[in-house]
Amino acid sequence: MSTQEIPEENLPAGQDTAHGAVKVADNPFADPGLPPHKPRVQDIDEKAARRSERAVAYMFILSMLATVGFIASYVIFPVDKNVYIWPFGHVSALNFALGWTLGLALFFIGAGAVHWARTLMSDVEMADERHPIAATPEVKAQVMADFAQGAAESGFGRRKLIRNTLFGALAMVPLSGVVLLRDMGPLPEKKLRTTLWAKGKLLINMNTHEPLRPEDVAVGSLTFAMPEGLSEHDHNFQVEIAKAALMIVRIQPEDIKDKRELEWSHEGIVAFSKICTHVGCPISLYEQQTHHVLCPCHQSTFDLSDGARVIFGPAGHALPQLRIGVNDKGFLEAHGDFDEPVGPAFWERG
Amino acid sequence: MSTVTNTQKKAPAGERVADWADGRLGIYTLAKANMRKIFPDHWSFMLGEICLYSFLIIILTGVYLTMFFHPSMNEVEYAGSYVPLQGQLMSEAFNSTMHISFEVRGGLLIRQIHHWAALIFLAGMFVHMMRVFFTGAFRKPREINWLFGFLLFFLGMFTGFTGYSLPDDLLSGTGVRFMQGAILSVPIVGTYLSMFLFGGEFPGGDFVARFYSAHVLLLPGIMLGLVVAHLILVFVHKHTHFEGPGRTNKNVVGMPLLPVYMAKAGGFFFLVFGVIAVIAAVASINPIWALGPYRPDQVSTGAQPDWYMGFAEGLIRVMPGWEINLWGHTLVLGVMIPLAIFPAVLAAIAVYPFIESWITGDKREHHIAQRPRNAPTRTAFGVAWITAYMIMLIGGGNDLWATHFHLSINSITWFVRIFFFAGPVIAFIVTKRICLGLQRRDKDKVLHGRESGIIKRLPHGEFVEVHEPLSQGELYRLTAHEQYEPAALPPAVDENGVERKVGALEKLRVKLNKGYYGDDNQVAKPTLEEYKEIQSGHGHH
Amino acid sequence: MKKLSARRRHPLAAVVVLLLALAATGGLYAAFAPAGTAKADETAQSLAIEEGKKLYSVGCASCHGTGGQGTSDGPSLVGVGSASVDFQVGTGRMPAQQPGAQVPKKKVIYSQAEIDQLAAYVASLGAGPITPTDSQVDPAGADVAKGGELFRTNCAQCHNFTGEGGALTHGKYAPSLEGVSPKHLYEAMQTGPQNMPSFPDTTMPEKEKKDIIAYVQAVNGEKTVSPGGLSLGGLGPVSEGLFAWVFGLGALIAVAIWVAAHTAKAKKS
Repeated sequence: MSTQEIPEENLPAGQDTAHGAVKVADNPFADPGLPPHKPRVQDIDEKAARRSERAVAYMFILSMLATVGFIASYVIFPVDKNVYIWPFGHVSALNFALGWTLGLALFFIGAGAVHWARTLMSDVEMADERHPIAATPEVKAQVMADFAQGAAESGFGRRKLIRNTLFGALAMVPLSGVVLLRDMGPLPEKKLRTTLWAKGKLLINMNTHEPLRPEDVAVGSLTFAMPEGLSEHDHNFQVEIAKAALMIVRIQPEDIKDKRELEWSHEGIVAFSKICTHVGCPISLYEQQTHHVLCPCHQSTFDLSDGARVIFGPAGHALPQLRIGVNDKGFLEAHGDFDEPVGPAFWERG
Repeated sequence: MSTVTNTQKKAPAGERVADWADGRLGIYTLAKANMRKIFPDHWSFMLGEICLYSFLIIILTGVYLTMFFHPSMNEVEYAGSYVPLQGQLMSEAFNSTMHISFEVRGGLLIRQIHHWAALIFLAGMFVHMMRVFFTGAFRKPREINWLFGFLLFFLGMFTGFTGYSLPDDLLSGTGVRFMQGAILSVPIVGTYLSMFLFGGEFPGGDFVARFYSAHVLLLPGIMLGLVVAHLILVFVHKHTHFEGPGRTNKNVVGMPLLPVYMAKAGGFFFLVFGVIAVIAAVASINPIWALGPYRPDQVSTGAQPDWYMGFAEGLIRVMPGWEINLWGHTLVLGVMIPLAIFPAVLAAIAVYPFIESWITGDKREHHIAQRPRNAPTRTAFGVAWITAYMIMLIGGGNDLWATHFHLSINSITWFVRIFFFAGPVIAFIVTKRICLGLQRRDKDKVLHGRESGIIKRLPHGEFVEVHEPLSQGELYRLTAHEQYEPAALPPAVDENGVERKVGALEKLRVKLNKGYYGDDNQVAKPTLEEYKEIQSGHGHH
Repeated sequence: MKKLSARRRHPLAAVVVLLLALAATGGLYAAFAPAGTAKADETAQSLAIEEGKKLYSVGCASCHGTGGQGTSDGPSLVGVGSASVDFQVGTGRMPAQQPGAQVPKKKVIYSQAEIDQLAAYVASLGAGPITPTDSQVDPAGADVAKGGELFRTNCAQCHNFTGEGGALTHGKYAPSLEGVSPKHLYEAMQTGPQNMPSFPDTTMPEKEKKDIIAYVQAVNGEKTVSPGGLSLGGLGPVSEGLFAWVFGLGALIAVAIWVAAHTAKAKKS
């Protein structure tokens, strides 16, 4: 690509005749230096300069007025007053008024200052020389000599015992800090493997807080349940519901493809963990015609008619199923805890 | 006044104060070097100021918010003025954020300024970083400042994420849950890290208080230090400027700090603050009352993080669900791989200056901001990087793309999976072509002048467009840029006939160097001879 | 792509499932619904059924079969109940125009009287959920906050926090709830149209449905207050991020261009 061949017909014809011969100095590519300063209107016309001055002052005055407006709005508008303002909708009068007045008060200070700088301060461009960042060899030599002398005087290199024990001490002292972090939290132990579900625990409807009966759960419906004995007011509710939340659907038994799923269901009523096995979002976008359930966070899709296996998305394994049945009073109950950890996978999960 | 009589003997009050300060701080020496320091004028040189000012705004408004916010996860029953939540259980963190939004006069405004400024801060840093990248302003001596800037962007992301999580609303809680799931995927120590970070099982009662100290103290403290260091280095290095008449690698041309930049930069702070305040007046952000308090069994569709985490969200959404179970242990590749790609992609742009300087072998200082077209390979790499980033942003919002453009979410996910790899390649090739084309156009302009738009009829009937020659300043601007000669391997045998050993690394360097500066990878700028030959009209009518 | 993904499952499979689901819903409903409410005016009722049958044979029979037994193009309507008809026809979803991932909401082409006649006819094919009365769906006096909690547990995962709608698999979607009448909200929960699961009275009693309706009206109605200003579609961080880039950073860059630009020079005279 060194030299481009330029076809003759592309050359500007008659350039020299139209504009006179182009002045080709010795080196037309040479730096001509900073162009001469051209004055602005304000530089040569005092009237224009005074107009600019007034404009700047007006802006500063507008800013003052806006600040007065801010204080007035703060006093006048009650905090709960809402007004309709097109096109913003029903908005808080106070927020709207405070925001605009504060914004304008600030903006006009800035606009005034910039207008002042642009029209009235000198706009003559100047050049600053740059100097190399690196030091000169003399400075460097001086520093190296100083350092060598300092190092020698300290005996750091010579007295190895001091050096090595110092390194040892410095290396060890942060351990205290690390040890102190131990009480940030408990050890994992079996915490991630167990939930509140246990044999005989009733399935409590999250909506009504009543135990569910099989006949309550229609085919195509979606219900969420928590274990009997848990209440929203319990201090550990958040931690427990994060593991125990249950999603209940009813599928015609003949549509259930997975044998174990059918076995663990009650007449087609299946209970799956509501916590996604990817990173733990509460998964519950149930499509009742396809029996697919989608996670709203990362779109993992599970087939509830086939053991809740993953059919799309980033989840790595199926949703755990809770084995359920009916007790002698006709209520749905758990037949035990989940037989695998619910929620996201982790190293010890196996 | 009595002092009037003394004015001739005594210096003015201001000067006396300055004398006092100089005796203790040495301010005259400092002012001598900096008071009339020159800054070049270009809008893209102000992007960093947008970041600096929004950072200051965030600190100011953040201090105000701490006076009302309670970083506690104790459950309380809501009794505030927002009816659709009355009687609901929520953490004190959520409750106090509701209080700020509905009962504290101006509290909502400050909250919104804080959050809008945070989004703009991160967006500003992204654009600022790209400006520095595409103009090669990261070259020696500014590599360290580039790293400081990158660290600010990186820490800004996490400061933003911790702040976004503080109100403990349903959306941010979902984000924290995602983070906890990601931590669990770490081999061997994942469960321990999670237990220690959350003080037990998720969500526990500790993370808001812990995030709070990181959000208001630890991270902004580090960032403030980095910002100061970043600014000091800008002063020490002096700003880069674009090539032009009188603007060389040895000087900086512009206006002095006092008074022009004092007014312009100082004024710009107020302009930035004003614009963000107006945005906070007219547009709602993070309306936590509509989201509701966090409960680990509840969720909403369209759950996304703030934009700067959208890239990570995209990675995690489009990753296939790979999981390996061996010897009783689980390797959660579906989460770990995105978790590793995320910092790797960011690191790719962070270390680029060092890679480029290794390839060129150039040890000189560079103070000229290059035009992106004059560094086609770098520009192409940058555009490819942005393409990968943007594709992942699309992936992070795939559900909203699906509903708003009537597409299948599954198809979008597949599109992102493929184009995360293919997109950057295409972008690289296309960008490089465009850059070379622009270089050719510059060359044409230099050699043949500017198209004037005037059509002239020649005596024999031919129509031609009159080309106006460029001014010398313009000729200089278009030809002043440096062009590297492509590197070459030394001859296989040296002058004594002894076989020369060339390391594999050096061979790679030369190969990459040819990719940057070889024959097809840059357009040789016009030479004086070419110009003179054409301009003298030699061989033409 | 959309078409391809929509056809990944055989259309008949969905039809069969729907048929079974609807039949079971209807059957269960029939088992528990309080009997004997519709004894009022039998002659008027049979007249409505007659009229409804005529409308049905013109507008519906081609897909759902002459007797509502269903065809390959449309599910059986036996046991879907009048509430289903009132929802599907009353929101313009039926009659459907074209096959696709999902039948969208359209302009309603029947009058309410005609819809009632159609509903009466379909209800006569087999018992199912009955169109609710005005007092059943009236949210006055309902507990909005409880409705919010129920909404976040049962609805928000598909319809978004404030009912702006959201994406489902393969081009399907949960529609926006903006401007949907209380009656249609109620019927949707009751019957579970298309892929939406149903929330029958056995698991979500009438009072809770009212709470939910009250909540939807409070947060996505004409009078909904967005104190902070523009709600940006109620879509959360994606629209906020776009706004911050376009209007926030955009405005600031425009200002920066003004600050950095050179002031106009005086013209040479």
